[in-house]
Amino acid sequence: MRYLPLSDADRKTMLATIGVDRIEDLYADAPASTLLKEPLDLPRHKSEFEVERIFSRLSARNTAAGRVPFFIGAGAYRHHVPASVDHLIQRSEFLTSYTPYQPEISQGTLQTLFEFQTQVALLTGMDVANASMYDGSTATAEAVLMAHRLTKRRKALVSGGLHPHYAEVVQTISRLAEDETIVMTPDVLGDEDIVAKIDETVSCVVVQTPDFFGNLRDLTTIAEACHRHGALLVAVFTEAVSLGLLTPPGAMGADIVVGEGQSIGNALNFGGPYVGLFATRHDYVRQMPGRLAGESVDADGRRSFVLTLSTREQHIRRDKATSNICTNSGLCALAFTIHLTLLGEAGLTRLAKLNHANAVALAEMLERVPNVDVLNNSFFNEFTLRVKGDAATLVERMAAKGVLAGVPVSRLLPKAGLDDLLLVASSETSTQEDRAAFVTALEGSL
Amino acid sequence: MLDRPAHIDDETPETFTGNRALDHEEPLLFEIGRTDATGVDVEEPPQFAARLGGLERKDRIGLPGLSEPEAMRHYVRLSRKNYSIDAGLYPLGSCTMKHNPRANEKLARLEGFADLHPLQPMSSVQGALELMETLAHWLLTLTNMQAIALSPKAGAHGELCGMMAIKSAVAARGEGATRNVVLIPQSAHGTNPATAALLGFSVRVVPGADDGTVRAAAVQEALGPDVAALMLTNPNTCGLFEREIVEIAEAVHEAGAYFYCDGANFNAIAGVARPGDFGVDAMHINLHKTFSTPHGGGGPGAGPVVLSERLAPFAPVPFLRRNGETLALVEHAEGTQSFGRMTAFHGQMGMFVRALAYLLAHGGDGVAQASKDAVLSANYVRASLRDVMTQPFGDRLCMHEVLFDDAWLKGTGVSTLDFAKAMIDEGYHPMTIYFPLVAHGAMLIEPTESESKASLDLFIATLRDLAKRAKEGDAKRFTQAPRFAPRRRVDETLAARKPVLRWCAESPSL
Repeated sequence: MRYLPLSDADRKTMLATIGVDRIEDLYADAPASTLLKEPLDLPRHKSEFEVERIFSRLSARNTAAGRVPFFIGAGAYRHHVPASVDHLIQRSEFLTSYTPYQPEISQGTLQTLFEFQTQVALLTGMDVANASMYDGSTATAEAVLMAHRLTKRRKALVSGGLHPHYAEVVQTISRLAEDETIVMTPDVLGDEDIVAKIDETVSCVVVQTPDFFGNLRDLTTIAEACHRHGALLVAVFTEAVSLGLLTPPGAMGADIVVGEGQSIGNALNFGGPYVGLFATRHDYVRQMPGRLAGESVDADGRRSFVLTLSTREQHIRRDKATSNICTNSGLCALAFTIHLTLLGEAGLTRLAKLNHANAVALAEMLERVPNVDVLNNSFFNEFTLRVKGDAATLVERMAAKGVLAGVPVSRLLPKAGLDDLLLVASSETSTQEDRAAFVTALEGSL
Repeated sequence: MLDRPAHIDDETPETFTGNRALDHEEPLLFEIGRTDATGVDVEEPPQFAARLGGLERKDRIGLPGLSEPEAMRHYVRLSRKNYSIDAGLYPLGSCTMKHNPRANEKLARLEGFADLHPLQPMSSVQGALELMETLAHWLLTLTNMQAIALSPKAGAHGELCGMMAIKSAVAARGEGATRNVVLIPQSAHGTNPATAALLGFSVRVVPGADDGTVRAAAVQEALGPDVAALMLTNPNTCGLFEREIVEIAEAVHEAGAYFYCDGANFNAIAGVARPGDFGVDAMHINLHKTFSTPHGGGGPGAGPVVLSERLAPFAPVPFLRRNGETLALVEHAEGTQSFGRMTAFHGQMGMFVRALAYLLAHGGDGVAQASKDAVLSANYVRASLRDVMTQPFGDRLCMHEVLFDDAWLKGTGVSTLDFAKAMIDEGYHPMTIYFPLVAHGAMLIEPTESESKASLDLFIATLRDLAKRAKEGDAKRFTQAPRFAPRRRVDETLAARKPVLRWCAESPSL
C-alpha cells in the first residue's frame, strides 16, 4: 500500500514500545460488539494505473463543456482560466497547508487572503470582505442570518429574481431556524415592486443583479427604502466577472454584498468546490461570519498577517458564535486572487466587455429566429429566451445535436408555469462558430 | 544607485533588499501591481451596442494587475512562507494532516469532471453521477448507514445537514415545540454548539468523567423529554474511544432523541468499526481529513452526511436515483419529506473524485490498515513521551491522537504556546494547542498513518529535547521563539484591537 510508510518490522518495534502485542489490542477501549470481525465487502487496493483507468472511463461518459458549443450559465460560468493559476494553487505549500493557525509559518496563505479580501472589497465597492465562504448560495444564507442579528428582526424579503437555488437555501435555513422568509414570485422581466413590501418588520431585502433571468437591476431605490425602514439591503451576484463592467452594489447602497466567485479562477467542477464572496460595511465587521485575515506586526515590528477577530468564531464563542463555519474555501479563494491579479483592472474590464459583446451578438442572432423572443431589456452575459414549446425538451433535442444550449427555467422552477423559458449564457469562451451552431441547432429543434 | 524599495524601512537589518537569500520579503500585490498591467491576453471586443441599461461602471475599480512572470514570482515567493504537509510532519490534532496523493489531483482535473456544468442535461453527466453513486456506496459500507447526503460542503456544513434532518424528524413527530435542547459534551468541537444554536436549539453541556470520556449515566441524567439530540464525537477530542458508546446510544434512543456523531475522527476507525453499529443516527464525514483531499490553507472541504433509516426520508435535495441503467438527480423536495436544499448545486464534486480515488487506491484492506497505523503512530508517540510530558487523564491507550497537558511545564516559565512556537524553530508545525478545552494547556498530537517510523522517531527525539530544555530552565529559547521563521511572534492582540482587514491607498500600512 503505497501511501503507508510503516513496514511490518516497524509495526512490531512500535508495538513493543507501547507494550501490546497486536495493533488490534490498541482498540481495547472499543466495546467488542462494535469491532468488525470480518473485512468489509469492498474491493482490494489498486495500483495508480488501475485507478486512473477507472476514472478516465467515468470521465469519458460525460460531455465536457469544452468539447461542444456551450451556453449554460444559471449560477456557474465557464471561463478560460490561465494555466499559471492552476500551477500556482498546486504548489505544495498552498495546496497541502492547513488553516493558518500559526501565523509565523503561514504568511503565504495569510497574505494572499488579505489580498483576496482587498480585491473583493474593491470589486463590490464595499469596505471589507471575509476570507471566503463555501459558495454564493451559502454566503447568501449567512448574509440573511447576519442581517437578523444586526436588526434584531427575523423576516427576510427575497426578490423573485434571486437564483431559485439560493432562495431555497435561504428558505431551508430560515424555516429550520424558525425565522421567516418571504420569496416573491419569479420576476422574469425584472420589474417586480419589492419596495412596496418593505416595512418595519423586515430585516433585509435580498436582490440579485444581474438577476437570475439576466436582467440588470439598479438597487438605489431599494436601498433607500430599506434604510428608511431600518432594514438592510443584501445584494447578490452569481457572475463575478460582471463586476468588471457594472456599477458595484456598494455604490448603489448595499449593506451586505454576497456572491459566487467561481467564475474567476475556478473550473465548473459540476457544482463545487466554489468560492463564496462576502463583503460589508466597516460597522458590521464584528457580525460578519467566517474567517478574516488582518494586518499586524511581529516581535521585530515587521508587517505580518494573522487570522483575527476570532472572538466572533465558533471555537471561542461556541453557541454564541456568528456562524458555525470552520473550513472555508481557502484554495478556491487563492485561485480567484491569482486569476484576478493576472487580469488586473485592465484585463478584467476587457474580459467583462468581451463577455457582454458575445452575449449581445448571440442575442442579436436569436432575435432574428422565428418563434424565439429575447425577453431582457438589459443583461450582462446571460439572458432569457421565450421559445415556442417546452424549453426542457428543446434543450434535450439540441444536446442530441451536440449543442449544450442553456438551462430550461423549469429545471429550477418546475411549478412556476415557465416551461417556455430558456436561460442562455455566452462568455468569452464561445466563438462565432459556436453561436452559429447554436442558431442552427435551435432552428432545427423548435 | 537605486533607492531602497519602499516597503523596506530603516529597521530592516543587513541586506539592501531586506531579503535573506532564498527568503524574500514580498510586498502586497497592491504595492507592486499597476492598474494598466495584465497577465492575460484577452481579445479586444469588437465595436458593439452595449445593452447594460445605463448601469455600467462610472468609477475605476482600483484593481492592480501583474504580468504573468511577475504574478508567478509573487505567488511562488508567498508560497514559500507557508508550512505544508509536503514539507514536514503536521501533527495538528483533530485536523488530520496526512499525505495528499497527487494522482488524485490529476484525476480531479480530467475534463469529464472539472469541465462539467452542474446543470447540464442528465444524459450528458452519467459518468459523474456514477462516480457519486460509487462514493456513496463506499461511505455507506464503511459506516453501515442507510442513506447519504453528498451535498454538504464542509464538516460544519455536514453537521448543519445532520441536525437539520434531526430537527425535521422531530417536527414530523409533532414534537418541534417541545424538543428544543441538544446535549453536547464539554470536550466537543466548537462547531457542535454553534451548529445547534444556529438551528434554534439550546445547548445543555454534558460533563465529562475523570477519564476524559462521557458516561452513559451523565447522558442519562441530562436527557429528558425536551432533548432532541446528543452530539458526540467518537473517538472523542481527547483521543479516546467512548467506552460506553453503545449504552449512550441506547439511552438517547430510549429518551426519544437522536444520536448525532461528529465524524471528524472517523479516520481512527474506518474499516475497523462502523458508526451504524453503535447506534448513530447521523454523522458527517470530513472527506478532506479521513480520505485526504488537500486542506488548501483552510478549504475546500467536503462533509457528506450518512443517515440512519429513521432520518433517511429527511435528507436534503439533490439526491441520486437510479432507474435501471440510468442515473438521475432528484432536485426538488416537493412531494417528499426532504428538509430542502442546503447549497446551490450537488456538493464538492472535485473532492468526491479525490476521495474516491484515495479509497480505490487503498481498497477496503488499505483503509483498515490506514486507521490502524494512525492509531499505532499516536500510541507510539504517547509511549515515547509519557515519561517527560503529562496526560490529563492518565496514561492509557489512545486512538489516532494523543492528548498532553501543561502540568509538566509548571514552574518552568514556559507555556503551551511557547512550547509550540519553539517547535517551529525545530522545523515542525506545532500540534493543536489549547484544545480540547477540558485539558489545561492542552497539546493534542495527531501524527497520522502517513509518517514513517524514522520521521516519528525524529519528532519524538525533538520533543524530548525541548522538554528537557524547558525543565532545565532554558525558558528564553521558548519565550523568544520562533527565531527562524519568516516572522517572529505575531501580535494577535493588536490585530484584533485595531483591525486592518484590507489594503487602502490612503494608509498603506499600520
